[in-house]
Amino acid sequence: MPLGDVLPEIAVLVTAVIGLLLASFAPMRRQWLGAPLALIGLALAGSLCAMQWSGQPRLTFSGTWALDGASIAARLIILAATAIAVLLAPEWFRHERRHGEYYSMLLLSALGAMAMAGAADTLQLVMSVLLSSVTGYTLAAWHRDWALSVEAGMKYFLIGAFANTLLMLGVALLFGLLGCTGYADMAAALTHASVSPLLLLALALAVIGVAFELGAVPVHTWLPDVAEGAPAPAAAFLTVVPKIGAALALARLLHVFPTDAIGWRPLLAAIAVATMTLGNLAALWQTDLRRLLGWSSVSQAGYALMAVTVIGASGQAMPALLFFLAGYAAANLTAFAVVVQLRGRTELADYSGLAHHRPLLAAGLTLSLLSLVGIPPLAGFVGKLTLFLATIDAGYAWLAVVAILNTVVSLFYYLRAIAPVYFHERKAAPQLLGNWAGSGVIAGVVAVLVLGLLAQALLGHWEPMALPW
Amino acid sequence: MLTLAILVPLLGAFALLFLPNACEQTTRRIAIGVAAVPLVLLLIVWARFDTGAGAAAFQQVATVPWIPSLGVAWRVGVDGIALAISAMSAVLFLAAIAWPAETKQRARAYYAWFLFLEAVSLGVFMALDLLLFYVFFDLSLVGMYFLIGRWGHDDAPRAALKFFVYTFAGSLAILLAILGLSLGSGSLTFDMRELIARQPLAGMDVRSALVLLGFVFGFGIKTPLFPLHTWLPPAHVNAPGPVSAILAGVLLKMGVYGLIRIPFSMMSATFARYALPLGILAVISILWGSLVALGQQDLKRRIAYTSVNHMGYAVLGVAAAGAMVASESGRQLALTGAVVEMVAHGLTTGALFLITAVFWQRAREYDMQAYGGLAQVAPRLTAAATVAAFASLGLPGLAGFVAEFQIFAGTFATYPWLAGIGLLGILITAALFLQLLQRLFFGEMQSRRASFADLCMRETLLLGVLLLLVVAIGVYPHALLAVIDSASATLVRSR
Repeated sequence: MPLGDVLPEIAVLVTAVIGLLLASFAPMRRQWLGAPLALIGLALAGSLCAMQWSGQPRLTFSGTWALDGASIAARLIILAATAIAVLLAPEWFRHERRHGEYYSMLLLSALGAMAMAGAADTLQLVMSVLLSSVTGYTLAAWHRDWALSVEAGMKYFLIGAFANTLLMLGVALLFGLLGCTGYADMAAALTHASVSPLLLLALALAVIGVAFELGAVPVHTWLPDVAEGAPAPAAAFLTVVPKIGAALALARLLHVFPTDAIGWRPLLAAIAVATMTLGNLAALWQTDLRRLLGWSSVSQAGYALMAVTVIGASGQAMPALLFFLAGYAAANLTAFAVVVQLRGRTELADYSGLAHHRPLLAAGLTLSLLSLVGIPPLAGFVGKLTLFLATIDAGYAWLAVVAILNTVVSLFYYLRAIAPVYFHERKAAPQLLGNWAGSGVIAGVVAVLVLGLLAQALLGHWEPMALPW
Repeated sequence: MLTLAILVPLLGAFALLFLPNACEQTTRRIAIGVAAVPLVLLLIVWARFDTGAGAAAFQQVATVPWIPSLGVAWRVGVDGIALAISAMSAVLFLAAIAWPAETKQRARAYYAWFLFLEAVSLGVFMALDLLLFYVFFDLSLVGMYFLIGRWGHDDAPRAALKFFVYTFAGSLAILLAILGLSLGSGSLTFDMRELIARQPLAGMDVRSALVLLGFVFGFGIKTPLFPLHTWLPPAHVNAPGPVSAILAGVLLKMGVYGLIRIPFSMMSATFARYALPLGILAVISILWGSLVALGQQDLKRRIAYTSVNHMGYAVLGVAAAGAMVASESGRQLALTGAVVEMVAHGLTTGALFLITAVFWQRAREYDMQAYGGLAQVAPRLTAAATVAAFASLGLPGLAGFVAEFQIFAGTFATYPWLAGIGLLGILITAALFLQLLQRLFFGEMQSRRASFADLCMRETLLLGVLLLLVVAIGVYPHALLAVIDSASATLVRSR
C-alpha cells in the first residue's frame, strides 16, 4: 500500500486526534493550545503535500486517488485556508469549556475537502462528501444554545441529507450501468457504452449531490443561513473550504464523461448562470453583512462553475479554476476575519464610520470586497480574468458576458457594504476581539494582495495540468 | 522615466497615509511636491521626444514581465498623443491638488487618494499593455469613487455609487473586448505594439464587430457619448470642485484616448466600416450636450453638459479620421484636432470647474439665478471665467478654436454633412456660455453678494497658469501640434 501518497492526509488526521486528546485533558484556559497544534499539523501537511509533485499525473490506491497538479494545488489551498480559519477561533471561543475539540472538527472537515479534491473514484467521492458534510453540520451548530446557529446547522443538515442521498443514488446507478467505480475504468467503459436516459439521470443526481458542497443552485439554500448563523469563524471556513474540494470533485467527475455523447456542458453552463444570477440578486438588498457574504459566496460558486463547464475544452480551465478558488478563499476569509475581529458585528449600519476609528480594518474589508468584485490588481481580478480567458477560449463567450453582467450587479451590493464604512460618521470606536483574529485579517489581506500582484508565481507552476485519465 | 512618473505619486499616496499626524498645510505641501514630480519628468520626456519622420512611434518604452503565462507585462511608453494628454493631466492634477480644498479634517486621506488617482490616470495614458491599461482604468474608478463619496456634498455617496457602477459596466465591456481581441490574435499577448502590428480580427466579420461594439460601449460610457452620459451630471454636481476638474479634465479623456489607442489603431478595417455610425453618435452628443446645457440653471450642471458636447467634437474627429474615404491629410487633420480638443478641454473645463469651486466655497450655491453682477466685487474671478468660457466656446486665439477648426476642417473632407450639422453645436455653446457669463457677472448685483470675496492669491495663480496655457496653445499651437502630428501621421498613414 503506497502510504506515502496520503501522508498529508495522515498528518491532518493525526493532528486532529492529538487535538481531541488535548481537548479532553487540558483545562479551559489551555484549550487554545489546540490552535497552534492545528497550525503545526497544517504546516506539516502542507510541506508533505508540496513534496508529492513528481511531475507526472498519476492515480494511486488502485485508481481511487488522483495525484496530479490539480489535486496538490487544491489541497495546498485548502490547507492554507484552514490555517486562516484556525486563527479566527481561539478568541471567539474563549469562553467555551471544551473548544479545543473545535480544531479537531475543523481539521476533519478539511480532510474531507482534501479527499474530495483528490477523488478519482465514485465511492471515494461519496466518502469524502459525507466526511465534509457531517463535520460541517457540527461546525455550523457549534453554539448549541443560540437559536440562529442551531437553525443554520439544522438547515445545512436537512439539505445535506437530501443531497447526499441523491449523490449515493447517482453513484449506485453509475455503478450499475458501467460496472465500475474508478474514473479511469468509467472513462474506458463510456467510450463504447450506449447513452441511456438512465445514465443521464445518474450523472445529474451525482452532480447535484456534489453541487451541494459547492453551494450551487438548486442546493444552495444552506449557504446564507450558515454564513449568518454559524459561529463567524466556522462560517468563514464553511463558505470557503468545502467549495474548493467540491469544485475539483465536480470537474474530475464531469471530465470522465465524453461531451460528444453526453452534452453536459450546456447544462452545467445553465447551472452556472442560475447560481451566479440568483446569488447576486438575493444579495442585493441584504442588510446583514454575513448574510450578504453568504449570498455572494453562492454567486462566486457560479463563477467557479464557469471553469468546470469548459474543463477539458480549454487547457486554461483547470489553472483558472484553481486560481479563482484561491483568490476567492483569500478574499472571503479576509471579509469574515474582519467580522470576527469586530466581535461578529454584522448589521451593515454597524459599520458606519469604521474607517475613521479602524482605518486598517476598514481597508482590509474594502480590499477583500473589491477583490470579490474583481478589481485589479487584487487576487479576484486575476481569478476572474483567467476564468474569462478560459471560457472565451473554449467558445463560451456568452457565459463570460453573463458573468460580466453579474459582476456589475455584484459591485452594487459590495459597495453598499463599503460606502457606510467610509462615507458615514460614527461616534464610538468599535471593540476588537484580539491578536489572533487580527493576524487572521493580516494573513488574508496579504494573500489577497500577493495572489494578485505575484500571480505568476502560481500560474507559472500550473501550466501543464492534465488529469490522469 | 515614465515608470517613475507613475510610481512616485503612487508611493507618495501610501507614504501620506502612514505619515504621523501632520497638519493640513504640511500635508498639502508634501502632496504638491509629489504631484510636481510627474510633471517635471514628463517635461523632460517632452524635451527629448523625437518628432522626426523616422522616429519610433512609441518612445521611452520600459518593459518588466508581470504574468508571462498570460502574456501580461508592465509595458509603458508614449507616442505624441499619449505624451500630450499625460502632460496635460499632470498639469491639471498639480493645479487640482494645490487648489485650497475643504478636506473635512481628513487631509491625509484626501491628498493620498488624489495622488493615487494621479498615478493610475497617468498609467492609463502611458500603458502599452492592454491589461495594464485595464488595471489602471479600473483603479481610476476606485480613486474617483472615494473622492466623490467622501468629500462630495449633498447626495454624494449615491452619485459616487452611480458613477462607479455605471463606468464599471463600461470597463468590463472593455475587458471582454480586450480578451476577444487578444484571443483572436493567434498566440496570446496583450502587448499593444504587437497587436497594432498584427491587426487581429481583420477578416472576422461578426466577431470583430462585437469586439468593436464592446470597446465603443465601454469607452462611450466614459467619454461620455449620448445616450450613455446620464451618470455624469450627478457625479459632477456632488463632487468637490477640484475633483470635478479632474473628472472632466482627465477621466473623460480616457474614453476618447482609449478609442484612439485600441480600436482605431488595432482594428482599423473594422473601425473604418463603422466610422459613420460613430460619427453620427458624436454629432448627436454634440447637439444634445449643448441643448441640454443651455437648459440648465445649475452652474455646474451646465458646464458638465458642455463636456458631453466637447467630447462629441473629439469623437467626431476620431470617427472622421478612422473612415477610409477621404485624403490622408484631411484625416490626419481630424485626428490631430481631436487630440488638441482633449488637451484644450482638459485645461479649460478644468479651469471652469475650479471656478465653480469658488462659488461653492463662498456661497454654497450653484444656482445661477442666485448670482449676478459679480464683476463689481470680483474682477479677477470675472476675468478668469471670461477667458475660460471664451476658450470653451471656441474663440479664435484660444485653444478651443485650434481644436475645433481642425476637427471640422478634417471632417468636411470626410463627412461634409455631419460637419455641417455639428457646427450648430458651436453656435449653441457660444450662446450658453455668453448667457452664463451675463447671469453671473453682469447685470444687477444682489445685495447679499456684496461681500463675495474675489480670488485669493493662490487661486489666481493656479487659474492664471491654466489659462495662460490655453492662450499659449491658441496663439502658438505649433509646439503642441508638432508632437501630436508625429503620432497622428503614423496612425493615419499605417491604415
